[in-house]
Amino acid sequence: MPASKEQLAEIALSRREYNVIVSQLGREPTEVELGMFGSLWSEHCGYKHSKSLLKLFPTSGRYVLIKPGEENAGVIDIGDGRVIGFKIESHNHPSYIEPYQGAATGVGGIVRDIFTMGLRPIALSNSLRFGPLSDPHNRYLMGGVVGGIAGYGNCLGIADVCGEIYFDKCYSGNPLVNALCLGIGRAEDLTRARASGEGNLIMLVGADTGRDGLHGASGLASRTFEEQRELRSAVQVGNPFMEKLLIEACLELTRTGWIVGLQDCGAAGLTSAAIEAADKGDSGLDIDVARVPRREKGMTPYEVMLSESQERMVVIVKKGYEDRVKGLFDRWGLHSDIIGKVTGDGMATIRDGGQVVAHAPVKYLNTPPAYRFRPKRPAWLDELQTLDFKKIKDMAPKDTGRALLRLLGAPNICSKRPVFRQYDHQVGNNSVVLPGEGDAAVLRIQETDRAYTLVTDGNGRYCYVNPWIGGVIAVAEAARNTACTGARPMAITNCLNFGNPERNDVMYQMHQCIRGMSQACRKLRTPVVSGNVSLYNETRGVAIFPTPVVGMVGLIRDVKCHCTAGFKSEGDAVFLLGGPGDDLSLGSSEYLELVHGQVRGSLSIDLNAEKSLHDLLIRAIGRGLLRSAHDCSDGGLAVALAESCIIADIGFRGTLPVNGRLDAALFGEAQSRAVVSISPGAVRRLEEMAFKHGVPVTRLGVVGGSRFILKGLSDLPVAELKQAWSNGL
Amino acid sequence: MKFGIVVFPGTWSDRDCYYSVHNICGQDAVYIWHKETDLAGCDCVILPGGFSYGDYLRTGAIARFSPVMDSVAAYSKQGRPVIGICNGFQVLCEANLLPGVLRQNEHLQYRCQWTYLKTENNTTPFTHKCKKGQVLKIPISHYEGRYYAGDGVIKELEDGGRVAFRYGTPGGEITAEANPNGALNNIAGIVNKQGNVLGMMPHPERSCEDILGSSDGNIIWESIIAGI
Repeated sequence: MPASKEQLAEIALSRREYNVIVSQLGREPTEVELGMFGSLWSEHCGYKHSKSLLKLFPTSGRYVLIKPGEENAGVIDIGDGRVIGFKIESHNHPSYIEPYQGAATGVGGIVRDIFTMGLRPIALSNSLRFGPLSDPHNRYLMGGVVGGIAGYGNCLGIADVCGEIYFDKCYSGNPLVNALCLGIGRAEDLTRARASGEGNLIMLVGADTGRDGLHGASGLASRTFEEQRELRSAVQVGNPFMEKLLIEACLELTRTGWIVGLQDCGAAGLTSAAIEAADKGDSGLDIDVARVPRREKGMTPYEVMLSESQERMVVIVKKGYEDRVKGLFDRWGLHSDIIGKVTGDGMATIRDGGQVVAHAPVKYLNTPPAYRFRPKRPAWLDELQTLDFKKIKDMAPKDTGRALLRLLGAPNICSKRPVFRQYDHQVGNNSVVLPGEGDAAVLRIQETDRAYTLVTDGNGRYCYVNPWIGGVIAVAEAARNTACTGARPMAITNCLNFGNPERNDVMYQMHQCIRGMSQACRKLRTPVVSGNVSLYNETRGVAIFPTPVVGMVGLIRDVKCHCTAGFKSEGDAVFLLGGPGDDLSLGSSEYLELVHGQVRGSLSIDLNAEKSLHDLLIRAIGRGLLRSAHDCSDGGLAVALAESCIIADIGFRGTLPVNGRLDAALFGEAQSRAVVSISPGAVRRLEEMAFKHGVPVTRLGVVGGSRFILKGLSDLPVAELKQAWSNGL
Repeated sequence: MKFGIVVFPGTWSDRDCYYSVHNICGQDAVYIWHKETDLAGCDCVILPGGFSYGDYLRTGAIARFSPVMDSVAAYSKQGRPVIGICNGFQVLCEANLLPGVLRQNEHLQYRCQWTYLKTENNTTPFTHKCKKGQVLKIPISHYEGRYYAGDGVIKELEDGGRVAFRYGTPGGEITAEANPNGALNNIAGIVNKQGNVLGMMPHPERSCEDILGSSDGNIIWESIIAGI
């Protein structure tokens, strides 16, 4: 009997897709098969709307060992036989429905992606977006999300080293919760997520399987919230202690040689874990759901195969080693059960005791349709990119101090300490630059002189106004932050948060963002090694800003030569590296939105200038020349200067170059710029070096005292700036 | 000398403790799995930070029943040094090797930040290398770190000089603002009556190298090493 409309709606498959399944199988699918197809062909697992676009990303480079899609996370080689694996993933929809557990299980899922590969997870980062905090519900969502990240991550003993938070009303009905995990290990310990070798055994380890999280992939992540349905049961509940046991046990296991593959049960649970592993190993599998331990009685085979109960791993054990593997898990107090075996017939055979409930080719199941799209430039973009300066009154010199205080206290700019102090950012004894101290987190690599950096960046407002340039800037800013610590950018992961892909304008935004990001990745030599796509981010027909988030890893050769954002000593000279901005740099700035209530204007960036700036920063910091470096981003030059003072509790006295409008000179967000400080004796060397790199240098003033003085404009105690900046949330 | 580092399944400061006493201080160190009971050969036992058995119940409430804790109790009764850090402090309180409890932080949030500890007693095996009143920059990382005990116990601790560390300002003043969790009398660490068991919420193992922001934690390891 053909599937009913309701059945298809439940798993978010279209009638056309259903017909493809019927013609491939040559019959109607069984209930279990249909559920499996539904999850594997969901946007979340199958990337059916985004696959063709993702091909635009550059994915190879000298450091890349494992590319996107090959394993659970991308891996780069950092020398000396050491490798780093990292990936970012969204848990947006679950976090809206149940913020604490949604965010917690987001952390749990991304951590599993890393240790599944035999790498020890050692750093977390997260990129969050909420609606304005003036709405109590948004405050509740943020409290829950931050609590969930803290509650889960802190229990695991993984340092949460950096992140970002932005607020805009477009995220009110759809917050973004993107979690990144980074792991480190030795190349020889890398473990694959594949099921191969006929007769090898499939083992399920960790938590028992319950009814939680049914239809998480197909229902939550692959549609909008238009229908007011009870979806809470589609959110899973996390158990970080179980996860901690799994980390330790699995890392021990990957060093034994007793297994051929390891895969975590994430979205679509056992279905995607087993089918994807079998597909990668060109194998079939035979699983008996009756052997899966359950949390409750009466679960159907369909429910067992689609449950997204957390903290479960699928282990492909070499035949004959099952007792040893079981013994290892026993020692950690973890259940492990053999639930099936690898076969050579290429079929996914699912049984319930004696009865076969699904029997379909693995290749069919794991080959979702790939949709072509028709991106269409929305007409409203032209209007959005114009800015009538006559209608925006420039500020008077006497008002600059007040405007600066207002910007420093704005939620998008102010200190995020109230959030990050809830995350353990020091466990592991690697954190050299802590949250709030520098533009990126710096973590030393134990037993070497080197360090790596981690940062997440994304600016939805920019991408909304100009998706292409916004995409370029997302990568460029992450690289600039990386370079401001003295690190050479190595590679990125990204999380692509967009609206409904069935809409042409959303597809346009996505296509342009990806084009822009790819262009910047090529220029800055930071290939994409992993990522995740989150679509259908809208509520009641209003899409979020297109929000690609970039997670970047960089490398510092000598950990002693790194830089932080705060000024260091009285008398140091302060310089702006990079060109002066013009009036157009007010376009889509934080200032324009905060003070004039407008999100519009043009954006521009010169990638050659950007690259030269990074090269200069990396070289100057590597030679120990710079005392501090901080990029100019949200809030422009005045905010960057003020932050360098606030972080270090020290004053500044100087002049800002004003070529046109005063507001643009202070708060315009021209790209490719950084504020640095150096000892007076090193000025000449810096100027020479900058000249060689073709980077403009402007002397701004001098570090010292306890006041922030912009001559002719404002004179404020740093303590007052700090007060505003510290209490913005 | 040899440190024995107790590992419960949810412990995560074990490797940091190992790193600081072995790689930084150059001492031997062994891990002791919670199901083991043999502490022979250990000159000092460390109960590190973490979430012992998940701590979904009261922190440390299950850990006190683990096999290794009987041995730790016997070991401490012999007057040998035991240091409990963070979760280790919580476990020592639950096991009645130290008085009082660690409650949820007053503000009901996790806190990870630098704290400045004023050394109140520099005659213990863990602090004798500190100067009197020396301020140590050592970070905290906990949700349940608010030290609490009845008036009688607090008086006993104070009168007996058993408060080892108090949260203070970088200058060593004891103020309400410098108290990160609402602990009574700003208490960050205490010793038992015999002085051979120390419990402290801050993490000395995280502050043993200048590159990580402080090496003040070393003075605690050095005190222990010098006393053996």
